[in-house]
Amino acid sequence: MHELKVDPEPAAESPPAKRGKAIVITSGKGGVGKTTTTANLGTALAHRGARVALVDADVGLRNLDIVLGLESRVRYHVLDVLEEKVELQEALVHDKHSENLFLLAAAQSREKDDVDTEAMRELIEELCEQFDYVLIDCPAGIEKGFTNAVVGADEAIVVCTPEVSAVRDVDRVVGLLGNKFRPQLIINRVRPLLVQKGKMLSVEDVNSILRLPLLGVIADEPDVIISTNKGEPVALRADSKTGAAYRAIAARVAGENVPAPTVELEAQGFMAKLGSFFGGRR
Amino acid sequence: MIDLFNRLFGKQTSSATAKERLRLVLLSDHLSLAPELVDKLKAELIEVLSRYVEVDRTKIEVNFEQHDSAIAMMANVPILSMHPPKVETPTHPGGGDAPKRPRRRRKRPTATSNPAPAS
Repeated sequence: MHELKVDPEPAAESPPAKRGKAIVITSGKGGVGKTTTTANLGTALAHRGARVALVDADVGLRNLDIVLGLESRVRYHVLDVLEEKVELQEALVHDKHSENLFLLAAAQSREKDDVDTEAMRELIEELCEQFDYVLIDCPAGIEKGFTNAVVGADEAIVVCTPEVSAVRDVDRVVGLLGNKFRPQLIINRVRPLLVQKGKMLSVEDVNSILRLPLLGVIADEPDVIISTNKGEPVALRADSKTGAAYRAIAARVAGENVPAPTVELEAQGFMAKLGSFFGGRR
Repeated sequence: MIDLFNRLFGKQTSSATAKERLRLVLLSDHLSLAPELVDKLKAELIEVLSRYVEVDRTKIEVNFEQHDSAIAMMANVPILSMHPPKVETPTHPGGGDAPKRPRRRRKRPTATSNPAPAS
């Protein structure tokens, strides 16, 4: 319904000869929205005209195909390519919403330890020759799955929610990544009303601790859940504020100068307004 | 409204509690992440102290402890003599770095006192 029109000319954004950029989306903690972020950032970048490959590195717990609504199209997976059972081109699944978007799914019935780290690095390098952006959806944890997801990346995006445990894990992951990946931060599932009431860590609270370049802030809105239910990334929805937030993140990733990320308070009930009137900021 | 009430009477919000807990847990996380740095700090501490007093290198203890809102370094250094180790001549006529080597008069302490190459 609200889908953005796809530009029929692929790779309008950058010349094809240039090597693309590999970005790993990671967090340490599970369930903070890495896969949703990967799907939406990939979709938004593709709609800007860039050629984008998404790699699900969560071997054994495949989910990126579901979020994109591509689960019925997956025939081969990343391990088939790494073990040279099929060609890379055969394993890439063409997205159904975005012309320039492709998915390399994770193997569902295999284990993370089955992945050869050096082969993974070579695969990401090969993808970088064909695409403008290669987004790698990292599994939770800091074990081999993390190592394999990170090995081929040029940069990192870390996803955090305003919770003590998520911030601690991001801090750990950033320490493990070191300076090489120039990690940037997306704060996900912010609930502005709770922040205002002093019941949730604010964006400033989180980043006063992590001190990372802030790439985006995503509010905790029902439209993300609805989009995931349908397998249609919210970044496709022109009428969604969350979609707009993802498109702004894509613009920043593409190097555009976009105003600093913020979240607004949604329309509130009378009591909430009264509360915020008397309660002040924090 | 309850929250407003709490704020008026100076009760801390849960997000402020969260922030404080996070700050503390990360302080100790960062320290525990770098045991080799603590070893190095210990070795250098011994080296500096040995210029002024003779310390018992085998019994030195360095720990980090949490005190309310801060982390404190607790060093327990048994002193054998209030004089500098004999071998050293602090007012060496030649000056410079000459006395550096003889300063290490005991056998090597547990902590590495060599400038360890990165491994």
